[in-house]
Amino acid sequence: MRYDALIIGAGLSGLGAGIRLAQFGKRVAILEKHTLWGGLNSFYKLGGRRFDSGLHALTNYAPRGERTKPLGRILRQLRIDHDELALGEQSWSAVRFPGIELRFSNDLALLRSEIARAFPGEVAAFERLLADLPGYERLDGTNSGRSARAELSGRFRDPLLVEMLLCPLCYYGGAREHDLDWEPFAILFRAVFLEGFARPSGGIRPVLDVLVKRFKAEGGELRLRAGVARIVVEGGAERGADRELGRGRVRGVVLESGEELEAEHVYSSAGWVETLALCPREHLRGAGPIEPGPLSFFESLTVTAEEPRALGFDGTAIFFNDSPRFDYRSPDGLVDPRSGVICTPNNYATSEPLTEGLLRVTLLASHAHWRALDPERYVAEKARAAELALAAAARFAFDVRGKAIFQDTFTPLTIERFTGHVGGAVYGSAHKRPDGKTGIDGLSLIGTDQGFVGIVGALLSGITVVNRRELEAAGSAS
Amino acid sequence: MTNDEIVLAIKDIIATIAPDEDLAHLKMDVRLREQIELDSMDFLDIVMELRKRYGVQVPEQDYMELATLDGCVKYLGPKLADKQLKLASRA
Repeated sequence: MRYDALIIGAGLSGLGAGIRLAQFGKRVAILEKHTLWGGLNSFYKLGGRRFDSGLHALTNYAPRGERTKPLGRILRQLRIDHDELALGEQSWSAVRFPGIELRFSNDLALLRSEIARAFPGEVAAFERLLADLPGYERLDGTNSGRSARAELSGRFRDPLLVEMLLCPLCYYGGAREHDLDWEPFAILFRAVFLEGFARPSGGIRPVLDVLVKRFKAEGGELRLRAGVARIVVEGGAERGADRELGRGRVRGVVLESGEELEAEHVYSSAGWVETLALCPREHLRGAGPIEPGPLSFFESLTVTAEEPRALGFDGTAIFFNDSPRFDYRSPDGLVDPRSGVICTPNNYATSEPLTEGLLRVTLLASHAHWRALDPERYVAEKARAAELALAAAARFAFDVRGKAIFQDTFTPLTIERFTGHVGGAVYGSAHKRPDGKTGIDGLSLIGTDQGFVGIVGALLSGITVVNRRELEAAGSAS
Repeated sequence: MTNDEIVLAIKDIIATIAPDEDLAHLKMDVRLREQIELDSMDFLDIVMELRKRYGVQVPEQDYMELATLDGCVKYLGPKLADKQLKLASRA
């Protein structure tokens, strides 16, 4: 069987890329190893309930009609109506450090007034940041490698404000320890602080349904339980003469079932390390650093009969940190309960209200430490980490202890198993490939390791990489 | 296709890409980008639709020929002369 394009992974970047390729008239199939689609942003059923595997919200909220914003651009390119997502906006969120809070919502006025209240001496510097940041948003992925922490420290006198701005953005998409790169910081800043959070009514499932329907309507083929065993590459060194990249050309893939599929182009959302692991070794020379991402997470989900509002909490997400300095790194133990994210899907203005309360707490976790546990200890430590998570939630948001009617937890090992990301690195490799190029002709990277994060970012990633390639093809055909 | 039909064909493609734009009052001689919100990716989509619907190839260096409706008629006229108009937008 011969395809114009094969896509590894039916996550949001794969679906976005797939829809575009099908629109361009390509014969395209998405190959998904699991029985469900969605990738990092999927869903699962447990105890008669359906849970989203990612955070509850998408960032980059924009109302209907704002077509130049990232959400509007995506919907337009995928030809999806804004109403199909049935988005409900957040109430408010906050960054909470000891004794200090910064609230924000989808209206920048709130954050502005919070900065004026909590950091009156920094108002002018904050306004300058707002004015300057759009100039650093690089959708073509160029990245100066400058440190966001250093850049912010040069702009603000109070180091606490630097930490408080970094905290939610690291949790929302920081693939490296302690810091973010400056250009991705600008993109995340827009996503979280300028445009903000919204939740699709019914969670991620209906969004995925819309995308899959669109993909099939455009003529695309979605193959589930179709894990890729290896990527077939041919040729190599002789192509290297006139271009720096060119360690061979992709020919197709071999599935875990042994079936061979030929393709002109392969788009992989598996991650940088994971994609190269599928390629023959002799084609990896000069591929640059091949290191799995350093950061993974522990998550606890708690269902309560009462909604968070009845328990005294009407916000949507709290990014908390228990010390003046925010320590974003792989912890020395199983989890680091000093900082994290507390969030609930309940307090969004969605058209279908939820009937039960759900609290989700995310903490930094060490893959190596979890992997070292024997099965019995693993179960016990999961329960203990969940207690730490709920204690943090009680301190920084609201208390559900003793009120749980259902609980689930997942660790870096769970994440690794379901996403295929080595080390459970949700945000992938610390070293991004913004142009999606791998060095092997015809093999492009999309998704997390291309550099955009979140639901909107992942879709944008797939769309952008395909568009760029189609533009190049249009240019070279002439 | 007649020149009028080419204008209809282009408007129909734009209506597919940007369903909420009002296209009734588009001027022939003013750049499309100045009248409605179109970015370079939208032009990629217009070219894609021209290829899908009419089998017409527009190389990238000719995209600027499509900047106005007049330009579209002039550039696409010969290419679309023997093609049938196909309307696809939901409008």
